[in-house]
Amino acid sequence: MTGNPGFNRRSIVCGGLAIALMPALARSAQATPAEMADAIRELTSGAAVKPGRVKLVLPELAENGNIVSLAVTVESPMTEADRVKAVHIFSEMNPVTTLVRFHVSPRAGRNPTLLTNIRLADSQRVTAIAAMSDGSFWSGEASVVVTIAACIDGG
Amino acid sequence: MRVLLSALLALAAISAAAANERPVPPRPGLDFQSAETRQMQGDDGANPGMLWVEQGAALWRRVEGPAQRSCAGCHKSAADSMKGVAARYPAVDAVSGALLNIEGRINQCRKQRMSVIAYPYESNELLALTAFVTHQSRGVPRKVSIDGPAKPFFEAGRAFYDERQGQLNLACGQCHNDNWGKRLRGDIISQGQTNGWPAYRLEWQTMGSLHRRLRACSLGVRAEVLDYGAPEYLALELYLAWRGEGLPIESPGVRR
Amino acid sequence: MPQTTRIVMPASAKKGEVFQVKTIIQHEMESGFRRDNRGLAIPRHIVTSFVVTYAGADIFRADVFPGVAANPYFGFTTTAVETGEVVFTWTDDRGDVTTERRTLTVT
Repeated sequence: MTGNPGFNRRSIVCGGLAIALMPALARSAQATPAEMADAIRELTSGAAVKPGRVKLVLPELAENGNIVSLAVTVESPMTEADRVKAVHIFSEMNPVTTLVRFHVSPRAGRNPTLLTNIRLADSQRVTAIAAMSDGSFWSGEASVVVTIAACIDGG
Repeated sequence: MRVLLSALLALAAISAAAANERPVPPRPGLDFQSAETRQMQGDDGANPGMLWVEQGAALWRRVEGPAQRSCAGCHKSAADSMKGVAARYPAVDAVSGALLNIEGRINQCRKQRMSVIAYPYESNELLALTAFVTHQSRGVPRKVSIDGPAKPFFEAGRAFYDERQGQLNLACGQCHNDNWGKRLRGDIISQGQTNGWPAYRLEWQTMGSLHRRLRACSLGVRAEVLDYGAPEYLALELYLAWRGEGLPIESPGVRR
Repeated sequence: MPQTTRIVMPASAKKGEVFQVKTIIQHEMESGFRRDNRGLAIPRHIVTSFVVTYAGADIFRADVFPGVAANPYFGFTTTAVETGEVVFTWTDDRGDVTTERRTLTVT
């Protein structure tokens, strides 16, 4: 098997980091922070979003952007009068800005926690917006650095 | 010259204490994953590999073939009959003399005792049954036989492990014995232990067999990627199981 | 065709107790943004909705987008109200529906 004299050993074995962070996209490329801001504005009909009451937990460093563990907890007594109705998770870099929408039941219990795994196309900020029963919106965010294994295999 | 060198090296390898050849202490691949990946593996409600264990449990009971047999028909409850089995595989089949891994044993049963077709590697069915059977040995320390009929396979596996291969001319041990724990770009090199397989690999977004991972290793050093079930990989699988003696079976594993 | 699922929830709970439910469904969640090795777009194939009902009401609903990882995993909490069936329904963008049922005994 002939080799390519231009590459050294490390760059062939570990080419993954450079190549694979942004796989070729079939549709339009990534979203932008502006698109995320638009999506949030559409959700709240322009109402102010207050930072707080929403704790979004994501790893600081994700080993693989294909599957990143997410946990979101909303501070709420979950009474009929004061409860969280929905939690929206937004990405600023993925091709589709909305990652998932959770509709929370009044029976979820105090300070409900929701769990899922998301895909992240690149290192970015993820924002969670909670829509409360009184019409207010609260937010939490987390930043994730998305790495990829040095020996990704293509197999 | 190379033959002589290989012979000398082989001699040296045999005479070198087994303790030197195997990493001390042996550390599972799990130790080299991120905290989140370890947590995912440890939570049976979140571990995606459990989907294949569930499917395997259903396949275990499935009746098939002209004699209308199922795994459960002969082996009854897998939790009883399969406990500890995966911990001693790969093993030599007493009748045919072939070295069988769990996939091979499952397919041998299917062909010879159920008279149905073998499941291909990486089919959901084979992954599911392999994951399910291996899962019954979760927590059981690995101990394979490398004596008697297993000896030639063991030696072949050891030779494969020690041989420089591929365009990059690397032997497995150069990364996994000499440099485990060190960084390869953003990654930390593992010892290459296999007690966590079959595993859900984040990169593949699905469950995969050990052979799929070995093929990826071959690709990684730009060596010839051998077939699933190739005798070289089977022999290597035995050697690696010996190399990781004492490590507990983890199936289903989660790896990046 | 119904997909393999994994559901972890207690078999019983005390009335009023809040408990956690974890669910996974086997699904490739093909995002529609990848190309195959000929350069052709791989069509999107994703779960779009996940609904859980119990004791006469939706106790959890997720609107699912391509940004949810393959083999979608959801965890949530709910309150034990009465002995009854908990019904889990996943729907994907081809109209395939997977339904699972579990019984919860409330003491």
